[in-house]
Amino acid sequence: MTAASSLTREDRALPRDRLAAAALTAAPAGAGRIVARDLCIALGRGADRFEALHDVSFEIEPGEFVCLLGPSGCGKSTLLGALAGHVEASRGALSVDGAPVAGSGPERGLVFQHHTLFPWLRVVDNVAYGLRMRGVPGAERRERATRLLDQVGLREFARHYPAQLSGGMQQRVEIARVLINEPRILLMDEPFGALDALTRLRMQELLVGLWSARRPTVVFVTHDIDEALFLADRILVLGPRPGRLVDVLPVPATRPRTADWLTDPRFGHLKRHCLRLLRHEERQEPLERLSPIGLPEAPPSSWRFAS
Amino acid sequence: MSTVLDAPGAVAPPRAPAGLRRRAAWGGRARAAAFATLSLAACVALWQLAASRHWDLGVLSFRLVPPPLEVLQAGWELVHSPRLLQHLGYSLWRVATGFVAAALLGIVLGLLIGRLRWARAVLLPPLEVLRPIPAVAWIPLSILMFPSSELSMIFITFVGALFPVLLNTVHGAEAVDRRLVAAARSLGTRPDRLFLQVVLPSAAPAIVTGLSIGMGTCWFCLVSAEMISGQYGIGYYTWASYTVQDYASIVVGMLLIGVLGMGSSVLIRSAGRTLMPWQRIAEERA
Repeated sequence: MTAASSLTREDRALPRDRLAAAALTAAPAGAGRIVARDLCIALGRGADRFEALHDVSFEIEPGEFVCLLGPSGCGKSTLLGALAGHVEASRGALSVDGAPVAGSGPERGLVFQHHTLFPWLRVVDNVAYGLRMRGVPGAERRERATRLLDQVGLREFARHYPAQLSGGMQQRVEIARVLINEPRILLMDEPFGALDALTRLRMQELLVGLWSARRPTVVFVTHDIDEALFLADRILVLGPRPGRLVDVLPVPATRPRTADWLTDPRFGHLKRHCLRLLRHEERQEPLERLSPIGLPEAPPSSWRFAS
Repeated sequence: MSTVLDAPGAVAPPRAPAGLRRRAAWGGRARAAAFATLSLAACVALWQLAASRHWDLGVLSFRLVPPPLEVLQAGWELVHSPRLLQHLGYSLWRVATGFVAAALLGIVLGLLIGRLRWARAVLLPPLEVLRPIPAVAWIPLSILMFPSSELSMIFITFVGALFPVLLNTVHGAEAVDRRLVAAARSLGTRPDRLFLQVVLPSAAPAIVTGLSIGMGTCWFCLVSAEMISGQYGIGYYTWASYTVQDYASIVVGMLLIGVLGMGSSVLIRSAGRTLMPWQRIAEERA
């Protein structure tokens, strides 16, 4: 239903012309092929150790937009965390452009569901953060950050602090902060899950615009079937207990996607198919939500100052 | 004169929620100021009464307590004497050096202990043993350890401020949002830069709380140290006034200590607000 409301084209927050201009000047994507072979990921320690992901194998082409769809606790965020380098595989192989994933890096940008902007930095400095880490001089990184803010429609908010922005705006800043590193792969963990329907729709369109201008590989985690069908080239459906790949669904629609796709019989067919898969998988009790940085941390060790 | 007393080692006072603060802001503020003035005036009046009538309540006697007017006179004299600047200068210098040393060491150790397992394992046990020892109990040993009484007094103020700063920094560093750390790593932050880029600013509000509490304990410890081994300073002035039976000056010294302690804590807090504008915004939004 979020996709259905995408028919309304009056949203002004989206600077289409600027996106189109960016598309012409965008550098060719530097690849971004992802290969997973018999990937298993176990989380927790000792007796609490459990398999969050079991024997998952897939390939994602450079520039492809893939959605990971599944109920909570099926390990889709864990898989994303493994791609980002925050969670380690316990068995099997996970590689990007032929090299095994080891640790995190700016070429694999990660966007969280709830924003993780640095609250002490102004919006422009948040976006420029990655450039600062690479030693780009101050004037240049501010200029590039401002240009990117322009593309996400937030130029006027450059001098604000994150706490002064709405949820959707913060998420746009977050995406800009990741894109400034020109990542080969964009990893997104239910990035629009906490937004209201209209804002989510605008964000989906903005994302598709930014993606077509740059063509990074996108791995987008969601539990919203409509969102997956609207955004993805291909949907990887995951099931819980243990998390595993249940089905791979190519989305046959051409881009740019319009209202026609939403009323296409194949859309309805795919949606019904996804619903059947998820219903079948969801019959068990729901699991704890996992995050791309592993399990929730144990409370700090027994020590305390005796105050 | 209870207003100038600042309980040393106290925790930060709880703050009212933002909505409540804003609503109470104007009408409430005037009334609160009126009440405060009235209450203070009543205290002074009671003091005047007790001192001028030489109240003797058995366990408590006001026979030798100077009345407010005499105190005011003694204060006026001190303000116009060169001794004031001398005493102030010495006390401020000792507090500043001891405090800065404690702040630097407390913040560095606190960040390490809060974030690194090995640092916690190595540094914490000795600090845990030392922490319950009141700074004042260090005075005899510090006189033996340091070549000058000046250094030993600075050391006492240092000990006084160290633990509040350390404790709050540890808590602040422990509480850093793991997602912020993960996000910073994914944006290309090397582990060695993580401390300055993410951990320090995340812990900054807690550190400022620790600094402002540490500033209070700093004054408390300095005054005790000066009373025992000083030759100048506000604490020394207060104690020396007692030995020469200049009772009005005792109260002047007490009030001066209170004002200085309060003033420096306010200074820390407003410096914190200036350095952390994002905190103010977040509080206003809350």
